[in-house]
Amino acid sequence: MATTNTTASTSPASGLREFWYYFSVNRGAVIGLTVFAILVFVAIFAPLIAPHLPDVQYRDALLKPPIWDPKSDPRFILGTDPVGRDILSRLIHGARYSLFIGFFVVVGALVVGVVLGVLAGYFRGWVDVLIMRVMDIILAFPPLLLALVLVAILGPGLFNAMIAIALVLQPHFARLVRAAVMAEKSREYVTAAKLSGASHFRLMMVTILPNCLGPLIVQATMSFSNAILEAAALGFLGMGAQPPTPEWGTMLATAREFIIKAPWVVTFPGLAILITVLAINLVGDGLRDALDPKLKRS
Amino acid sequence: MLNYILRRIALLVPTIIGISICAFAFVRVLPGDPILAMAGQHGVTPERYEILREQFGYNLPIWQQYFNYLWSVLRGDFGISLATKRPVINEFMTLFPATMELAFTALTFAVVIGIPAGIFAAIKRGSWFDQITMGVALTGYSMPIFWWGLLLIIFFSGYLGWTPVSGRIALTFFLKPITGFMLIDTLLYGNWPAFVSALRHLILPAVVLGTIPLAVIARQTRSAMLEVLGEDYVRTARAKGMSPNRVVNVHALRNALIPVVTTIGLQVGLLLGGAILTETIFTWPGIGKWMIDSISKRDYVVVQSGLLIIALIVMAVNLIVDLLYALINPRIRVQ
Repeated sequence: MATTNTTASTSPASGLREFWYYFSVNRGAVIGLTVFAILVFVAIFAPLIAPHLPDVQYRDALLKPPIWDPKSDPRFILGTDPVGRDILSRLIHGARYSLFIGFFVVVGALVVGVVLGVLAGYFRGWVDVLIMRVMDIILAFPPLLLALVLVAILGPGLFNAMIAIALVLQPHFARLVRAAVMAEKSREYVTAAKLSGASHFRLMMVTILPNCLGPLIVQATMSFSNAILEAAALGFLGMGAQPPTPEWGTMLATAREFIIKAPWVVTFPGLAILITVLAINLVGDGLRDALDPKLKRS
Repeated sequence: MLNYILRRIALLVPTIIGISICAFAFVRVLPGDPILAMAGQHGVTPERYEILREQFGYNLPIWQQYFNYLWSVLRGDFGISLATKRPVINEFMTLFPATMELAFTALTFAVVIGIPAGIFAAIKRGSWFDQITMGVALTGYSMPIFWWGLLLIIFFSGYLGWTPVSGRIALTFFLKPITGFMLIDTLLYGNWPAFVSALRHLILPAVVLGTIPLAVIARQTRSAMLEVLGEDYVRTARAKGMSPNRVVNVHALRNALIPVVTTIGLQVGLLLGGAILTETIFTWPGIGKWMIDSISKRDYVVVQSGLLIIALIVMAVNLIVDLLYALINPRIRVQ
């Protein structure tokens, strides 16, 4: 790939085009983005797409296998669970939960992490020491363990699980932003803005922050998939979304005892998690290649 | 170097104090009452309740409770489990080898496969091997390991019947622990069938726990290797007419492995978190399962001290990794 790009102009439209050029070179990233777009579509229109309601129990069709099995019931494409609910419909509705969890957690972690990171990197001194020591403490605990204890304190449930995961993921944003702000702070454009009388707030949020966006977007994507995985893990351990919520991790937890008798009850929710997380990680890899000029060469 | 080590340790002190405050505070704000939890279903009379409160120091001001706790921890006393009435540190010591054995096997699995896979992917960059390896690695990285464990159970235990579903060793074997590591103990006793049984119990959990580290290590090795292969000194070595093997093994590999060592070290915290899921799925009697059982049983003392011990282990490993990094990469020491 070309290491020198003399034709690059600075207008936003061509910046976007350049970004898309680098992003679309990565075939995996484009596939990931497509899958993700489909998932978003499915989540938004879940009630229209799903063949059945997620909570309706068909008592005449308990543990029916998927459609390709001779013993299947043609009404249920991916089979039914132990109480006769249509697995496909539950998975489709589950997409709403997973994407919502990912979105909420990333926004929460991003906002808190960015504010703390900018404050630490901009003011340095005791503000920096205090904030970064707290981040060190959070990072010293294994993320899942800390989230578990936080959920135990707040009470099991989807919303509390999201808060706990956001809290656990946010130090990564704070560290990243702090480092980027420290690097940018001594640049000339910042000094120029300072001389022309920009306030602290303006310097932090308007002048410096937009120039740290690249790595932040990549981190946000990776956190999105992490959040979905952690929330599913908490649901699996009984500390996240509670039954009968059709959240994928919770579905796995309630299906565990049937793994030998009815493997499909276990297979599909996990597959849904894997596909979603994989799609987002593919996009993340593509974004990193496209946004990080240092890696563009390799 | 000694100076560097001492400075690093001194920097950790405020973090350790913060961690102990966190562990202590978490347990104080957990819903429920420790004395009632201790009394269990029999309940307790109001007089007895007061006596117990005083005995355990729950009537003191909160800061005094904290300092009492800190003082006893510094003397190595981590309290008595409310559920089993045994010292927490004894419970930890009996369960920790099981987690260590699992984590160590998982990490070995990850390193032994991950590093060569990453190296070959980098050398054969763009080839089908590279593409497949990196595809598999990204899939492994995205894996919900609790589901992965269930899938392996369905296939290897349910369908093929090759491996047992839970525990560390078949119940027909009873060996008094020597090291606590089942594989080593069975060998020390010279009990070959027991060794095979322990190994069969260990394989699936270790693969499950090692999957994400394997993916991370393979990806990291590949990108570190690619970076080094683009360096001037590698080009020089090639230009001098050195054999490709020597360029890779001597010039590139050594430098590429420096960041990989850090990556491996950073997996330890993740391994301890992953152990919670893996041990739950395979009913593996280690500290991950111990922690989640204690959280659901509201065993405050175990949760508090367990959190503290685990965080200290993670910090100690991170410190060792940092020092190791300085040791193998002299450029760091100078700064």
